[in-house]
Amino acid sequence: MAHEHKLEIFRGLIKFKSNIQKIWGVLILLSIVTIVEVVLGILKPEWSMGQVLGMKILNWIFIILTIFKAYYITWDFMHMRDEVKGLRRAVVWTTIFLISYLVFILLQEGGYVFDVYDQGYIKRDF
Amino acid sequence: MSTAVAEGKTWGGGNEPLKASYGKMMMWFFIVSDALTFSGFLAAYGFSRFKFIDAWPIADEVFTHFPFLHGVDAPMYYVAFMTFVLIMSSVTMVLAVDAGHHLNKSKVTTYMFLTIIGGLIFVGSQAWEWNTFIKGDYGAVQTKGGNILQFGKYVDVNGEQKFKRVAVRDIAVNAHGERVQHERSNGLWFVGESSLPPYTVDEVIHGLQAHKDVLVRTQTINEHGEKTVLSREASLEQIMKNGKRVVEGANLQVNEYGSPLFADFFFFITGFHGFHVFSGVIINIIIFFNVVIGTYERRKNYEMVEKVGLYWHFVDLVWVFVFTFFYLV
Repeated sequence: MAHEHKLEIFRGLIKFKSNIQKIWGVLILLSIVTIVEVVLGILKPEWSMGQVLGMKILNWIFIILTIFKAYYITWDFMHMRDEVKGLRRAVVWTTIFLISYLVFILLQEGGYVFDVYDQGYIKRDF
Repeated sequence: MSTAVAEGKTWGGGNEPLKASYGKMMMWFFIVSDALTFSGFLAAYGFSRFKFIDAWPIADEVFTHFPFLHGVDAPMYYVAFMTFVLIMSSVTMVLAVDAGHHLNKSKVTTYMFLTIIGGLIFVGSQAWEWNTFIKGDYGAVQTKGGNILQFGKYVDVNGEQKFKRVAVRDIAVNAHGERVQHERSNGLWFVGESSLPPYTVDEVIHGLQAHKDVLVRTQTINEHGEKTVLSREASLEQIMKNGKRVVEGANLQVNEYGSPLFADFFFFITGFHGFHVFSGVIINIIIFFNVVIGTYERRKNYEMVEKVGLYWHFVDLVWVFVFTFFYLV
């Protein structure tokens, strides 16, 4: 069994001396991101309330930070960084493709159903 | 090389083009399919939310409790703590895997133990979250059309008018006598009903008339991203015209915080995730005892720890998404 680990994150910006050090480094990174998310969620700054592509800027920030966290959990905790390209692509691209497809269709339709309700075809409390 | 040997290698599973053992690959494929299951649930949640985008409950107003801090408004702190616990137990798991690579039995044992403790704290926290959510907070009145009307009043906080919620139990006035619960033993034998709401709508109407400063808040989100507060006249009219039943807490049928779908998805998604954490803890315990009795020590190979580690990290990964879509977005 090969035990070599790639010890660089951020495309080599941060290099760790050992695998254990890298684990703690990633923990610190994930904790910082979580703290940023919670602080933003509580403060809800004025600038982040604008709408971009049908969603608040703040929500886009949350989603991007979540994907960022997911990347480091998969790459460093699940050792995806050390797997061969074939396995990595089979797992990652399959899920990314199928999930984006599913999410796109369901959210699109959800928005459509909202519009139908909104234009008064349905009334509640009469 | 003879044909027999080559056959044994190639067709007997000897080839490993992906440089991963059979067990590890299967764990990855299981994770892919489970990720699709979870994303199906989360996408369905997104569908319902987009469908009711102007009336969906605001998570900060739903999950405001922290254990042992009563009456303190602490949105999200507890879930942030839960997230941290799960990430921490992911770290101890990956440390156990690393110790396994060095065939260090005592370290694997310690780290596996810490991982199990982290998992148990998380499942316990989730049970507490559920309990708080089911019991509810202020109560509300559900209308004929299934909408939720909540109560509150404007209070002066540092010279600023702020809307503060008022609980139904604080305004309800006992107006009439008791209504007896219909049980199968004293009525139609094939008809029963669940326990009655603690107050009737009549009592709430009388209470609202008696408390001149209390207003009704509807589910509709206004342009400031807040729930709409009705005027005093509109409040009374809404409750008298449309009020149907008093709701406290949340279950699969009603939800005092807003759309019942929110509660349904909350129970279903966090429940399914909690079930994963729980089974992960059980699997971790089994592997922990295998480590203790030296099974992998004799095998000179701790790959089993690595495989359950993959599952455990996946559970953490899913929680990161559940955290975002249920509590933040």
